[in-house]
Amino acid sequence: MAEIRIENLHKSFADFVAVRQCSLNIADGKFVVLLGPSGCGKTTTLRMIAGLEFPTSGQILLGGEDVTYLRPRHRDIAMVFQLFALYPHMRVRQNLAFPLQNEGLPRSEIERRIAHVAEILRIGEILDCPVGGLSGGDRQRIALGRAIVRHPKAFLMDEPLGTLDAEFRELMCVELRRLHNQIGTTTVFVTHDQNEAMALADMIVVMNRGDILQADSPERIYNFPASKFVANFIGQPAMNFLKLDQPVRCGTAMVRVGGAQTAVAEPLADAAEGLLGVRPEHVAFAADGPLAGEIVTSEYFGSHHITTVATSAGPIKVHVPKGERPLMGSNVRLKFNSQRVVLFDSRTELLIPNRESVQKGACHV
Amino acid sequence: MSSVRLDSVSKTFGATAAVDTLSLTIADGEFFVILGPSGAGKTTTLRLVAGLETPDGGAIHLDGENVTHAHPAERDVAFVFQQYSLYPHLTVFDNIAFPLRSPKRRIAEVDIRQRVEQVAAVLHIESKLARKATALSGGEMQRVAIGRALVRQPRVFLMDEPLSSLDAKLREELRIELKRLQRDLGATVIYVTHDQVEATTLADRIGILEGGRLLQVDTPQQIYDEPQSLQVAQRLGSPHINLLPAAWMNGHAPRDAHHLAIRPEDIQVVAPEHPEFDAAFPFSAIECSLEKHLLVAERDAIEVRVTLLMEHTYASGSEIRLAFPKNRRIYFDSSGKRLAS
Repeated sequence: MAEIRIENLHKSFADFVAVRQCSLNIADGKFVVLLGPSGCGKTTTLRMIAGLEFPTSGQILLGGEDVTYLRPRHRDIAMVFQLFALYPHMRVRQNLAFPLQNEGLPRSEIERRIAHVAEILRIGEILDCPVGGLSGGDRQRIALGRAIVRHPKAFLMDEPLGTLDAEFRELMCVELRRLHNQIGTTTVFVTHDQNEAMALADMIVVMNRGDILQADSPERIYNFPASKFVANFIGQPAMNFLKLDQPVRCGTAMVRVGGAQTAVAEPLADAAEGLLGVRPEHVAFAADGPLAGEIVTSEYFGSHHITTVATSAGPIKVHVPKGERPLMGSNVRLKFNSQRVVLFDSRTELLIPNRESVQKGACHV
Repeated sequence: MSSVRLDSVSKTFGATAAVDTLSLTIADGEFFVILGPSGAGKTTTLRLVAGLETPDGGAIHLDGENVTHAHPAERDVAFVFQQYSLYPHLTVFDNIAFPLRSPKRRIAEVDIRQRVEQVAAVLHIESKLARKATALSGGEMQRVAIGRALVRQPRVFLMDEPLSSLDAKLREELRIELKRLQRDLGATVIYVTHDQVEATTLADRIGILEGGRLLQVDTPQQIYDEPQSLQVAQRLGSPHINLLPAAWMNGHAPRDAHHLAIRPEDIQVVAPEHPEFDAAFPFSAIECSLEKHLLVAERDAIEVRVTLLMEHTYASGSEIRLAFPKNRRIYFDSSGKRLAS
């Protein structure tokens, strides 16, 4: 077990900067998810931690030891790619034993570790089955098991659930998190899927174009996204951004959008032009709501509707409980949950800190 | 546009019945979604309607006309596949125009141009007409594939998971567009998917297919609120519907009730002294997530999922009381059949 520290890590390929001067502290035992669109630098970062790629500059420390230019096999970390990478001609037991035999561990120790892993992963009954005939779920457990038996200092996982269908992915997420709670090995997990990130992470690191935009708990990423990009990337459907009618004044807990006044948490900075960021679940139909509009589309999801309302502040997506029947063309009034809305500076697209966000320790750029 | 009727249609491959005496009537102008897991017989059903497979038994009617043994070309249906299957060497314009240029049709080139441009405008690809098909993004390619189906003005559109190879954002965008398009054109669409979101958002009616048989055909809201079997109840809903032992209801459940099912958004967290509920049970919180609006709790080793908008979290291990409102309880017998409450 170990903490991972990245200091001013930089990687360029010819004139393309894949990772730009990134620093990050991953405490021992944490599950950290690197999240971002393709090309954001998340996989390159992971590969540098693994030693599959050397940085152009910067440092990587594993448990206090500088491993920046160590070969992968000397780092004592386990990389899990697609979870299906098994030796198909071998039995489950041999698949698990293989990495340990390579390390030259005594047979008794190998047996002990396999028994332990089999118990954690509930694969005791299939230890002597050939891998070929097993279900997808079992194969994934075994692939994980092969990483676990090595007792590495850290697990690195590169979109391991990427090829699975949605339902199965959700199951594996739960399983992975449960596993992590049991064995507590520091894990760095790369994905572009916000649901995986939310389900797994102690800390989410949102990246874009080689930069770390925010490294924070899922709760704070959701409640206080450091920038418009982060806000847009987390949450489905995405947050609504409404242009403010007037500049943001430090200390004034009231803003105007589309001619309607609404309360916000007290901003702690000025901005000449601002955006009100409001998630669909934090707007509601209310007869006394300040903003009027007309329903233009509505989609039914069983537990709720996602309804788009055209207003003087632009189109707004609203999460409507299933008991209501939003009808296309009808006129409604909208009310914002003033506790949960945030403000962004239009020019920098960064979150404007407010009393709430500072109190809760959200990261501000 | 046309109505579609299937009468006891069956199709076997070797020993497996892919489609098993399936009967179904789809109205003119209806958006009908067939929802089921892989291997349920969805695609086979679609291929039977298209004429790409011949049924072993039963009959297929388009607008009352028996087409069971008609050639695909004679049926005048358009098929949109999951993989866009465009002609890579042709431009977007020529890809869309392709079906119109079939020697059977003999349409004047000016009319073709007009139709293609019309369709391109509807799909917001008018600026891309001169490009090669391969120079497009995934979403644009699927638009072109849909455009190629639209331009023919067929009697029925058959769509086999047309959005499943696109990323989430694009899928959402095209979903809304597709629904608008269908409504504007009054098109009859049979749409096959395993994605419950596509089913509830697009469909006028959903048919739940499993093992080649239709388990229930109803509007999305009826399927979601009034499932007639446990299988159907579990097919829709995210997180899944909760299953509890009916015995918990201790005499309030109907006779023969085995399972009590309740949707995560219908469960309420109540204060201990709350008088209104005849059944509020102590649970222990396991996991609580503000951003997912999800609370997971446990009682007697049975987990329940509750979705609610929370202002604060419940600590793991803390005692909470959950109530299951009477009018939201759905009972099933041990075979999974719905019981009247």
